[in-house]
Amino acid sequence: MKKDIFKIDKEIFKSRLIVGTGKYKNLGETAKAIKSSGADMVTVAVRRVNIADKKKPLLMDYINPKKFFYLPNTAGCFNSKDALRTLRLAREIGGWKMVKLEILGDKKTLYPDMIETLKTTQVLVREGFKVLVYCTDDPLHAKKLEDLGASAIMPLAAPIGSGLGIHNKLNISLIIENSKVPVIIDAGIGTASDATIAMEMGCDGVLVNSAIALAKKPVQMAEAFKYAVISGRKSFLAGRMKKNNFASASSPKQGLIS
Amino acid sequence: MAKIQINGRKIAIKQNFSILDILKKYKLNRKKVAIELNGKILPQDRYNNKKLKNNDKIEIVQFIGGG
Repeated sequence: MKKDIFKIDKEIFKSRLIVGTGKYKNLGETAKAIKSSGADMVTVAVRRVNIADKKKPLLMDYINPKKFFYLPNTAGCFNSKDALRTLRLAREIGGWKMVKLEILGDKKTLYPDMIETLKTTQVLVREGFKVLVYCTDDPLHAKKLEDLGASAIMPLAAPIGSGLGIHNKLNISLIIENSKVPVIIDAGIGTASDATIAMEMGCDGVLVNSAIALAKKPVQMAEAFKYAVISGRKSFLAGRMKKNNFASASSPKQGLIS
Repeated sequence: MAKIQINGRKIAIKQNFSILDILKKYKLNRKKVAIELNGKILPQDRYNNKKLKNNDKIEIVQFIGGG
């Protein structure tokens, strides 16, 4: 059997689950949850250092960037200029070129602004970044991102932090069908089974933050997601049975007692 | 003395203070931050010899938890 490899650009990852590092109670809990998720890539945000508090704990002291692949994001950016500034700074900290681009268009829905996103993807690709792009579930925009050189397409399942699960399965299927680069569901996953559904549909990976961080027991939920993603992937590769609109007995009719 | 701005806060520094001195002052590890001086990224190899002058604006950023 051919080995199932998850590759984005030239990077190979063991887990198809990517986890966010925000919204946890503290950095200790973040570190434990990340470990229990089995993920080897984590998303991180870029923010000002708090110069008023010299003792503030650092994410890097809890999640070793040598052991986990940091994927810097542009969370909180509402235009191309801010997103480019953020990612250029991120590259300076770590030297990484792989980044997550997200440009938001609306504060209430945190829906991606695709015009700014397309424009910025083009600039980043030109500057040598490997860009994983948070986007709407519109198959045309997804294709355009791929044509511009995006390393992965990351359509939303539902609005960021909503936990509503995949809302437009048809669109996600169309994106998967049309895409030659990995398709990773980003945003809106609410619970482990949502991740399984995404993977069963043929997504290459799933990015989860709130569903783990805001669970009653985040470390346990992180583990649930680990298996949910593995399960969904295996189910996709195995190929589900055909759906029938009638019953078909599982036990043989031959040899019935009466 | 020179008056500069770091991450939106105004502070006064000694004459001939370098970026490296700023990092020392705030106990920051140069490998864990990135710095912008007056809107332009300052490469790590220039921290030592980059002297600060009046009205300089510095942004020091790091990675924090995010989704």
